[in-house]
Amino acid sequence: MALDSIREILDEAHASGTSFWEVVLQADMEERQVTREASMAKMLTTWMAMQEAADAYTGTRKSVSGLVGGDGMKMRQYNFRGEALSGGYVSEVIAEALSMAESNACMRRIVACPTAGACGVMPAVMLPLVKNYDIKQRQILEALYVASGVGIVIAKKACIAGASGGCQAEIGTASGMAAAALVKLRGGSDETAAHAVAMALANLMGLVCDPIAGLVEVPCVKRNVIGAVNAVSAADMAMAGIESFVPVDEVIEAMGEVGRHMPVEYRETALGGLANTPTGRAVKDSMRRL
Amino acid sequence: MDLFDILGPIMVGPSSSHTAGAARIGNMARTLLGTQPRRAAIHLHGSFAETGLGHGTDLAIIGGLLGMKPDDLRIPFALEEAEKEGLEYTLDAVDLRDAHPNTALIELWGDGDAHLEVQACSIGGGAIEVHMLDGIEVFFTGDHNTLVIRNQDEFGTLAAVTTILNQLHINVGNMSVHRDRRGGDALMVLETDQHLKPSQVQFLRELPGVISITYFDKEVETYGT
Repeated sequence: MALDSIREILDEAHASGTSFWEVVLQADMEERQVTREASMAKMLTTWMAMQEAADAYTGTRKSVSGLVGGDGMKMRQYNFRGEALSGGYVSEVIAEALSMAESNACMRRIVACPTAGACGVMPAVMLPLVKNYDIKQRQILEALYVASGVGIVIAKKACIAGASGGCQAEIGTASGMAAAALVKLRGGSDETAAHAVAMALANLMGLVCDPIAGLVEVPCVKRNVIGAVNAVSAADMAMAGIESFVPVDEVIEAMGEVGRHMPVEYRETALGGLANTPTGRAVKDSMRRL
Repeated sequence: MDLFDILGPIMVGPSSSHTAGAARIGNMARTLLGTQPRRAAIHLHGSFAETGLGHGTDLAIIGGLLGMKPDDLRIPFALEEAEKEGLEYTLDAVDLRDAHPNTALIELWGDGDAHLEVQACSIGGGAIEVHMLDGIEVFFTGDHNTLVIRNQDEFGTLAAVTTILNQLHINVGNMSVHRDRRGGDALMVLETDQHLKPSQVQFLRELPGVISITYFDKEVETYGT
């Protein structure tokens, strides 16, 4: 089936007596004309690439422009000293989000999710959980199917590119996907995951894309942190039984509407927001260009 | 769009359009040249020219010309690799009217008299479109196996090519024919569902009326293999 809305996937799962992730898997098999094993093998490869990307982080590289690099390591050291206010899992999420997003800016290999600029969000919430809890590989794959199903629906109903809908479309979408994955990993129901997606998206709605000098560096690296931490809070709220007042598909459509109405200055053009501050403009003026 | 466009591509950062797509453009140009490129003149337009250096677009295109895929860890070191492999290049900004903001125009020279001029753009998420080949407007994406056939613009060549593909049980998904003027050189672009073997491409190459053929095999993922 075509993955056109979260509700349709939930209904299909209910009707066929399966679950959300299974419906997404079946859709992939149909779309790409592959076997169940081939689809799952590719998902596993993707997961391994995320893990490898995390392992490869050293904190020593700087981006081409020199604007970012090393903050993930700073956060790790701070956590290690036991000083983090957030502490435990959440402080690890922050460190991982910074590290992965920096790896991207520093031309290391990452998994775009849904975009390269937002690549830190999903691994940031998943890796520390998998490290600290007894989570089976099968659960991880199921969570990844749930997350990518959510991403597909958002891409179809709204948008996932900063140039189309601002940062809410990139980090926001990643955050919604991550929230769904977390609920799945924690054993929540598909309906619970849907509420988590809705709350994650709603809480980042309106976020603009204003990269300094047009580079995927400032504020993108740190925005991965808000995407990840927002996913954690949305998942926790949902697991506590808190529901989104507005149904998830309507939230997605609202996000798309906000994106379409967003002035072009706030859609990756580097003409507004932080990019248009004196500091941002100075970086742009000093940048090497052809 | 499939699942792994959302959870993927696996790529070297920082930008799917300015880095991953740029590497694919370089790779496509290399394939279309049909031989190892020796010299490249790379002209970047729009956002590629404005922010390309900060995104490693130059490195990605040159890496692609050297055969690197978007997930190749050597992309950041593409300039050193170019020197090692003896690829000379120039890089400048160009204003191509009405072109997509992320467009590259690449002139390539290979061994012998191999020469190619290709204009392609990166439309986001690592996806690309080829818009111009040797001054002739075309349209294809590299998402399928693609045969690019230069032929004399006379009747029969098109029929011969498709007849043979039919006999080889190769289904043509999309096909387009392009020319700059009647009776001159023409271009056929055929996107096929099945892969072609080198011997099959060679067979097509020997058909009367065919001047040259390049074949782009749908990108096979390198990661994890």
